[in-house]
Amino acid sequence: MIEYKENKEIIAKRIAKIFKSGEVVNLGIGLPTLVANHVPHDVSIILQSENGLIGLGPAPAPGKEDKDLTNAGAAPVTILPGGAFFDSAMSFAIIRGGHVDYTVLGVLEVDQEGNLANYKIPGKMVPGMGGAMDLTTGSRVVIAATTHLEKNGSSKLKRRCSLPLTAAHEVNYVVTDVGFFEIAGGRFHLREYFAPYSIEWILEHTDADIVVDENCKEIKL
Amino acid sequence: MTEKPVIDAAKAAAMVKPGDVVHIGGFLGCGSPDSIIAELVKLGTNKLTLVCNDTAVLDEKNNRITGVAPLIKARAFNRVIVSHIGTNPETQRQMNEGETEVTLVPQGTLAERIRAAGAGLGGILTPTGVGTEVELGKQKIVVGDRIYLLEEALPGDVALIKAKKADKAGNLVFSKTARNFNPLMAMACKLVIVEVEELVEIGSIDPDMVHCPCIFVDYIVMSKAQGGKK
Repeated sequence: MIEYKENKEIIAKRIAKIFKSGEVVNLGIGLPTLVANHVPHDVSIILQSENGLIGLGPAPAPGKEDKDLTNAGAAPVTILPGGAFFDSAMSFAIIRGGHVDYTVLGVLEVDQEGNLANYKIPGKMVPGMGGAMDLTTGSRVVIAATTHLEKNGSSKLKRRCSLPLTAAHEVNYVVTDVGFFEIAGGRFHLREYFAPYSIEWILEHTDADIVVDENCKEIKL
Repeated sequence: MTEKPVIDAAKAAAMVKPGDVVHIGGFLGCGSPDSIIAELVKLGTNKLTLVCNDTAVLDEKNNRITGVAPLIKARAFNRVIVSHIGTNPETQRQMNEGETEVTLVPQGTLAERIRAAGAGLGGILTPTGVGTEVELGKQKIVVGDRIYLLEEALPGDVALIKAKKADKAGNLVFSKTARNFNPLMAMACKLVIVEVEELVEIGSIDPDMVHCPCIFVDYIVMSKAQGGKK
């Protein structure tokens, strides 16, 4: 009997292994931001922030914050040597124009058709889509980062999203704290599962159609 | 080059009339014209339409109020056109109670609609929003093998923008991520007022380093918030 325990660090660790040096990556606010902490030291990616920079660096030391230098969540950040600033039209030309390799974003729901919902719960909470619709439309690869289960134990992976969509048929990978899924042909394909979870546990706790990849393997993170 | 009038923030705020469509620069408050916003709140001008990236941060518990948030609180707008309201619960409240009409626009579409207005274009074709609620009521156009939405240009009556530095002709230099929507809005509105931290002589900004050419700017306001220097 495996008891589910939410683990965002595992999700960030696994996603951080996807990138190669030189690739341009946009990390959404919240869970996706953690990914930056786990990128291997010999891999040098270029972080894009939709409020107008490439070459996003770590948070500044206390007292070194610059009111004119923030990320898309209004947190103070730094810029690395070789980085650049630009206006919002240029920022979204980069995003929509296919010049971002990966976008990593959090979800309320993600389904086996590659649909993703994360900007609106009608009647309850409407934060707005911000840059998420452009990022999911324009990026080469869209990675949904999410805990596998809701607090109430229900599956975040669905057959069909019930909330208004942020992206229609745009998600390529879903990385949760129990496994790595690729979306293809209207199904989740389980490629890796993370100890201590098992394939059986995942099939039992996911409210969607899953194909277990023939090379599916256990990964320790 | 002709010099642009330098006016105080109160005079700038008084140029905004009820009913105006007002473009205000800034991204969650970073790069917003705070001195002009403060005067506009004092004047109590209302029935405005806001075009802005977001409705900024209204977190009164932690005493964090940025950008256009004081104007939202002062009920200056009966319409807002933005990409994000998640950090301003007052916008959500006004929307839920039917006090303010909120239109959410994908951020890249918003930027490009503003740019289109300043660039003499009727609109733009974007794939963003296809298959979502954003496509409702919009014309779809197929180019090659891809579906695009026709998104119309979004011009304004007044742009209230923020730059780091201007020369007296109104050539602008922005700072870091405080640039965001500011140069686009300068192109898209009939009246353009820029708040700056630093004002320098004509000729002292390298023309290669100008981010926004002076012809878009009508008035210059010295920022109070950052202790502006001439």
